[in-house]
Amino acid sequence: MLTLMVNGAERKLEVPSDLPLLSALRDNLELTGTKYGCGEGQCGACTVLLDGHAVRSCRTPVSAAAGKKIVTIEGLERNGVLHPVQQAFLDQEAFQCGYCTSGMIVSAVALLTETPHPSDAQIVRRMDGNVCRCGTYPRIVAAIRQAASIGKGAGR
Amino acid sequence: MSVVNSEPAMTSFEDSILELRQHDQIARLNYGFSLNRRDLFKLLGGGLLVCCVVGKGWSQESGGGRHPEQDLPTAISGWLQIAEDGRITVFTGKAEMGQNIRTSLTQAVADELRVPVTSITLVMGDTALTPYDMGTFGSRTTPYMAPQLRRAGASAREALLALAAERLQSASTNLVVEDGKVTDRVSHKSLAYGELTRGQDLLKVINAEAALTPTTEWHQAGVDTAKIDGRAFVTGKHKYTSDLTRPGMLHGKILRASGFHAELASVDVSKAEAIAGVKAVHDGSFVGIVAPDERTAVQAIQAVQAKWSVPPQPSNANLFDHLRSHLDSDRPPAHIVGSVEKAFAQADKQFAQSYDVQFIAHTPLEPRAAVAEWQGEKVTVWTGTQRPFGVREELSQAFRIPLSNVRVIVPDTGSAYGGKHTGDAAIEAARLAKTAGKPVKLVWTRDEEFTWAYFRPAGMIDVKAGIQRDGSIMSWEFHNYNSGPAAIRTPYAIPNQHIEFHPADSPLREGSYRGLAATANFFAREVHMDELAHLVGIDPLQFRLLNLEDPRLRAVFEAAAKRFGWSRIKNSSSRGVGIAGGTEKGSYMATCVEIAVEADEIKIVRVVQAFECGAVVNPNGLENQVSGAIVQGLGGALFEAVKFENGKILNSRLAEYRVPRFSDTPQIEVEIVNRKDLPSAGAGETPLMGIAPAISNAIFAATGQRLRSLPLIPNGLKGVSAKKA
Repeated sequence: MLTLMVNGAERKLEVPSDLPLLSALRDNLELTGTKYGCGEGQCGACTVLLDGHAVRSCRTPVSAAAGKKIVTIEGLERNGVLHPVQQAFLDQEAFQCGYCTSGMIVSAVALLTETPHPSDAQIVRRMDGNVCRCGTYPRIVAAIRQAASIGKGAGR
Repeated sequence: MSVVNSEPAMTSFEDSILELRQHDQIARLNYGFSLNRRDLFKLLGGGLLVCCVVGKGWSQESGGGRHPEQDLPTAISGWLQIAEDGRITVFTGKAEMGQNIRTSLTQAVADELRVPVTSITLVMGDTALTPYDMGTFGSRTTPYMAPQLRRAGASAREALLALAAERLQSASTNLVVEDGKVTDRVSHKSLAYGELTRGQDLLKVINAEAALTPTTEWHQAGVDTAKIDGRAFVTGKHKYTSDLTRPGMLHGKILRASGFHAELASVDVSKAEAIAGVKAVHDGSFVGIVAPDERTAVQAIQAVQAKWSVPPQPSNANLFDHLRSHLDSDRPPAHIVGSVEKAFAQADKQFAQSYDVQFIAHTPLEPRAAVAEWQGEKVTVWTGTQRPFGVREELSQAFRIPLSNVRVIVPDTGSAYGGKHTGDAAIEAARLAKTAGKPVKLVWTRDEEFTWAYFRPAGMIDVKAGIQRDGSIMSWEFHNYNSGPAAIRTPYAIPNQHIEFHPADSPLREGSYRGLAATANFFAREVHMDELAHLVGIDPLQFRLLNLEDPRLRAVFEAAAKRFGWSRIKNSSSRGVGIAGGTEKGSYMATCVEIAVEADEIKIVRVVQAFECGAVVNPNGLENQVSGAIVQGLGGALFEAVKFENGKILNSRLAEYRVPRFSDTPQIEVEIVNRKDLPSAGAGETPLMGIAPAISNAIFAATGQRLRSLPLIPNGLKGVSAKKA
């Protein structure tokens, strides 16, 4: 029996320890906002926060997440208020099909936690592991800039 | 034999038929289910039976004609319903996959019904609820479906007006339809739509002549409109196919062959079935398993022991030789004007070159997926496809059940780009579910997506032109081998033309892709135009304008050049600019590119595109599409290529197949030319077509290296120099 701390709640799971965290979230905990894109850690669609750091949940065994604070896309909205990064993505309409969006937003939250006021070059460098096949990169950069400009709390 | 075609221009209807032919010829992965009449099918590969379904008469867009299997509704209620509370539900067989038509179609109906977009719910891509539709492709939603829904909306408005006139005992000339209600200007009494219909269906027949709101009076269309349900995408709440669950649902996996055209020599599923909860399904050439969870499913399919025999087959290395030596005898008629032979011989200068493009993969971030559930002889399948009704037909054929026993539902999908026309995952999931007796979810892996989906066709294009010293092009000969006929004609005014598409036997399964072959044909044409401009020493922009009469195309070339600063920027060995443009699917595009040369690397610095698609429906959504198409186009232009050898894909992982990323993205500026006086055309495809030739032309301007193969620089400039040396 594994205990995960997901989005502030304790969740107990009966799963093999090497099960990818992505499967545990999606199939066992029904948190389907985190997506499968490649299973290689190359696209970033499966990104979640582990103690505040962005990790690829498709390449992270669930046992490595036990005892750590896991935040998924579902955990960013608070009391019906969007996280500033979510709001910025919505304002900039920084998506088309939306399949990469969860991973993009979570990666951006991690970026802004570590670097609250990133330069464009820093945004590009830190986000380069996330793929948006629809090609909305310029809007995503604009959204991260917007979230950063709101200042403190963007990384939350 | 070529057939002389003296028609001045192909009509858009003929174009669309040609395009449909391409879409419909995607080879289907048809398994030899025992329920099938096996002898009808020809063995292709992976133990898979493939049958080339050739369209049975070119059925039209919904609203544009009748489909043999299902008559389109003529009553308003088939398209649009108004509930007692005034909520409006609209039905369309189109599918949303990121192109944002859920928003633009809603805007269109909102306009006609004089309500805000928030009053409308659009039901899309559900074969049980929506009218028949051929599919979501070819930039056809905006020019065809939007007017269809507008007609339904305008007819509903007329019907509501008539109902109100009766109920309010007022002349309809005194009535105003506004903000979801009909108001009598004299008595100031008003009735909301819901009060008028009382939730009853509007059975009145759609008036084909109903007065549609002119573009100049649009109030919901024509303005920035936020993506409908946008919040569901930033919160992770939107459910894609792969996010769905059904009670008792199992997870499926399919046994894939070790190569294309393989034959299954032997298979043993006993070790897989020894795993708790696993059931194997072996039917004809189809082998798959179901398991209680994804992980067990993976273990089980790996435990299946199979032997395949893969016949020798072409590879990248001999791809173009193979295509040239395997041309189909049956090909569409050539487009011939005047005599190219005579004009070519008499021209001041002659120039001939060949261009080629590799296979590329759509790589939609959401892989193919399906959830299938049987109830007796009826099946419901949720799947991300561009052709819900086409997939319904595929399921009906695969299981030999009537169409009425099949329901296909398309959740808004994680992109497709022309890659999700077929029902492969749907059929596989349904076959597993039939034996399992429970709902089954099947999600393709990235490796399966790269290997068992279909590709954008590879091909070669030979161009030969005769030109006068003053820059007028006298003859234009253009032969496309295999890559396709989309946008094969030249928009330039050339008195003698011979333009021809030569289909060939493709070594890989190929099919539709965003823009189809237009990207390849634009590449060859616009690079050749650049070569001709240099041959006669005329500025590439001026050279194009010199040979161009079409005012809409001239306008975008001029708009792009102005915004870009074409005449100001000078080429050097470290900096180059290139231009390319054209027209396709009713829209007009010109693209300027600035590149920087740093050591052996090319950096795309800036892209300016002017785009015109008639009256703009959603300016912000349009900018998003155009900019995104430029980014996507960068991949095929610079580095995307499917590598294959003897029946195997060599780069079937995202780590091995490079797609554009943040760091590949230049500064992008989109100049929208809004022509409110012209009908709206689709915009999802044409913006992608200019980037590859513009980059090639810019690289030539800086380095003097003329790159005629896509992708242009998969290994940077170094590889190019080595290749040319």
